[in-house]
Amino acid sequence: MTETIVIAELNKNGVHPSTAELITAAQALGAQPTLIVPCVDASVADAVTGWNGIKGIVAAKSGAFEHYDAAGWASALDAVMPQGTIVTGASPQSKDLAARIAAKRNLPVVQDAISIDGTNVTSPVYSGKAMQTVSLSGAAVVSVRSNVFPPTSADGQASVSVVDTSGDVATSVQEFMARASTRLDVAEANIIISGGRGMGAPENFSHLEAIADTIGAAVGASRAAVDTWEAIPHSMQVGQTGKTVNPNLYIAVGISGAIQHLAGMRSSKYIVAINKDADAPIFQHADYGIVATWEEALPVLGSSLKAMME
Amino acid sequence: MPNIVVLVKQVPDTNAKIVVQGDAVDLSAVKMVMSPYDEFAVETALLHREAAGGTVTAVTVGGAAAEKILKDAKAIGVDQIVRIDSSDAMDSNALQTVLAQAMATMGAEIVYCGKAAADTGAGSTGPGLAERLGWASVSNIIGADFNGGVSVISPSDGGNARLNVTLPAVISCDKGNFKVRKPNVKGIMQAKRASVEVHSIEAPASTVTVVNQSLPPAKPAGKSYEGGAAAAEVAQLLRDEANVL
Ligand SMILES: Cc1cc2nc3c(=O)[nH]c(=O)nc-3n(C[C@H](O)[C@H](O)[C@H](O)COP(=O)(O)OP(=O)(O)OC[C@H]3O[C@@H](n4cnc5c(N)ncnc54)[C@H](O)[C@@H]3O)c2cc1C
Ligand SMILES: Nc1ncnc2c1ncn2[C@@H]1O[C@H](COP(=O)(O)O)[C@@H](O)[C@H]1O
Repeated sequence: MTETIVIAELNKNGVHPSTAELITAAQALGAQPTLIVPCVDASVADAVTGWNGIKGIVAAKSGAFEHYDAAGWASALDAVMPQGTIVTGASPQSKDLAARIAAKRNLPVVQDAISIDGTNVTSPVYSGKAMQTVSLSGAAVVSVRSNVFPPTSADGQASVSVVDTSGDVATSVQEFMARASTRLDVAEANIIISGGRGMGAPENFSHLEAIADTIGAAVGASRAAVDTWEAIPHSMQVGQTGKTVNPNLYIAVGISGAIQHLAGMRSSKYIVAINKDADAPIFQHADYGIVATWEEALPVLGSSLKAMME
Repeated sequence: MPNIVVLVKQVPDTNAKIVVQGDAVDLSAVKMVMSPYDEFAVETALLHREAAGGTVTAVTVGGAAAEKILKDAKAIGVDQIVRIDSSDAMDSNALQTVLAQAMATMGAEIVYCGKAAADTGAGSTGPGLAERLGWASVSNIIGADFNGGVSVISPSDGGNARLNVTLPAVISCDKGNFKVRKPNVKGIMQAKRASVEVHSIEAPASTVTVVNQSLPPAKPAGKSYEGGAAAAEVAQLLRDEANVL
């Protein structure tokens, strides 16, 4: 059985909880994985020693992990990883790293896995309009979408070894531009509420923000909304030429459901659509469809959610 | 004066309906176009040339039918168009090995490509090619300027960062904060006359092979409601049935 390695998905507090799903994915590919935690301060690895099904944890410690640089991270990680099949998350940064590490080891890379059966790996292709299963005949790097594999349980006991490493960083940050908004980004959120041109005016997005604040969601938008209103930035756009998202819950408000919008969100676990047109294509993809104007539906949704969250 | 390369790939029009015959996608009736993000890569390459001089060469790996998108790139203003002949499906390892060899032969100093091809959705080619060449890479840039060196804007740590990029480098392009130019009549005439340089490069064997393509499982019909008051019931179901709150 091939050795498997999981590279931890990170957030600002250390190891992202979705890493527990990567452990399950790695087990489906072969063996109990070694978990590699890229870090500046090795203590972040202590938070995950309870995860079940890990062979061991390597805290790969380097100043190179302060800021993301593909070349620097790939070299720093390559130096401390055993050979075998490598599993990463499928955030934009992790897919980039996956490709870079694969090339470093002359391995193929398969991105966005949503199902794994031995050496068969399935990913969406053609913007989710089809599914493709490939067969791996050797080691590979596989990035895995979040919210599809169950997380490993937390009743294990793994030990951490700290290894110092270094990488040659190839880019330099000239200026960091913090996001104008402090709101959660759609790419990082587990719940997204998005507005389309049907919201009528950019000010009306405040109704979406209020609900987002109640349930810890990010606010997204269709391209028509982004193109029509300057106040709605492209960073909020979901779809073919925006972000691909895979949340547990996606609420589409005043969005028709054009194929390019679906391309970015159709794999969401649950989809709610609010649209005044009963024939809007979005309803064919909704688990819960409400034919109503947002003016009618959002106040009810907002107050019900608020009552539930209290 | 930099030797600039832009990678372009032919993919189905994103409006096209994808059909499956047997266990494979059938593209025979589908209109093929340049992958949408590659249009931003072409535009960025042309902006680079306008600021720094040099030449822009558009390169695709594919069959003869893919020459149409090279002509499209020519019509917008690239200098040379090159096709690396391939008919077999290549895994990322094979494709990047071929591209790395081509970039070395051509003496490329900077390569622009799309953030992800519209068919694979992978985003592997840019960073993988850079690693094989031992170059820097920056992915998913949304803007660039060329005053002096190459400086790009890319998403980073929940915001955006302006990065100085040391050449040689591979840069993958997201939708930019600029408009992509359209071909004019002169460009279209030039593209008609332009000849495509064709190379063949031996690819290593692929170890990832496609076993099956299928349509996504049809989603069971959802519940539908009339009128805004139903939002209260939906909120309950999100908690009690879907368990997502
Ligand atoms: C190459 C390419 C790439 C693209 N990339 C993207 C992309 O990344 N993301 C994307 O979203 N689109 C993308 N598009 C655009 C896409 O085709 C659609 O034009 C866009 O998604 C439409 O946005 P919309 O649904 O908000 O607007 P519309 O199509 O105008 O729909 C508005 C909807 O709101 C409803 N409505 C109106 N008033 C109300 C009300 N008061 N209450 C409730 N509902 C109301 C209407 O019934 C309608 O269904 C792309 C297109 C192309 C060609
Ligand atoms: N066969 C190809 N020929 C030329 N460029 C390609 C090819 N495949 C991928 N690319 C480039 O790499 C980008 C990312 O592709 P991918 O890694 O498949 O998502 C594309 O947008 C193109 O710019």
